[in-house]
Amino acid sequence: MNETSAETLSVVVEREFAYPPEKIWRALTQPHLIEEWLMKNDFQPVLDHRFNLRAAWGIVDCKVETIEANRTLAYSWEALGLESLVTWTLTPSGTGTLLRMEQVGFRPEQQQAYQGAKFGWPRFFANLEQLLARTG
Amino acid sequence: MMSSHDVLFRTLSDPTRRAIFERLCRDGEQTVGALTARAGVSQPAVSKHLGVLKQAGLVRDRHEGRQTHYSAQRDALVPLVDWANQMTGFWQARFDDLEDLLKRMDQ
Repeated sequence: MNETSAETLSVVVEREFAYPPEKIWRALTQPHLIEEWLMKNDFQPVLDHRFNLRAAWGIVDCKVETIEANRTLAYSWEALGLESLVTWTLTPSGTGTLLRMEQVGFRPEQQQAYQGAKFGWPRFFANLEQLLARTG
Repeated sequence: MMSSHDVLFRTLSDPTRRAIFERLCRDGEQTVGALTARAGVSQPAVSKHLGVLKQAGLVRDRHEGRQTHYSAQRDALVPLVDWANQMTGFWQARFDDLEDLLKRMDQ
């Protein structure tokens, strides 16, 4: 399942796996396993740890922002000139684990940095699809 | 040389600049003075932001007498939607690879 929301410039991908959270957690946090499905890396499961993901097309600069074993992992993801935040959430389900990945562009701190906050980003994006449809 | 994505993302990552752009999207064409009155920053700062927005193709200016009017160029936003679509495809493929890995880890 996936959804792409232009309203928040976010990407969500979810999938149910027939495995316990602990096993998926290993795949998300052990460098030699991360390399198997994502990219070469120097990840460490340590808050504020900076690491790179390396692919043929380039390098992604990351920093661990949230880490709670077997439950949630978030890291910044800076590539193509955009710093986004990738958040993994593991939720035990009856038969295994629901794994959710959300990547959000233009991080919330950046919205809050604008003190007036009158013309906030979410509201702007709420109009984006209409705008594009109108001009499209 | 930065790609058009880079320029667009860097330009819009500044919240004040993004707010100015949104204002132009929502309320239509504005002068620097009108934008400054609502922006919470000085007129030179607003002018500088408008210059960056213009370079990124996000605004267009129109001179009328001594006034310059700015308007939003919404088509310039298309790469943001492209970004979301590309990333969705990327993560779908990564989930497939992760699923394969988890199967192998079983053995």
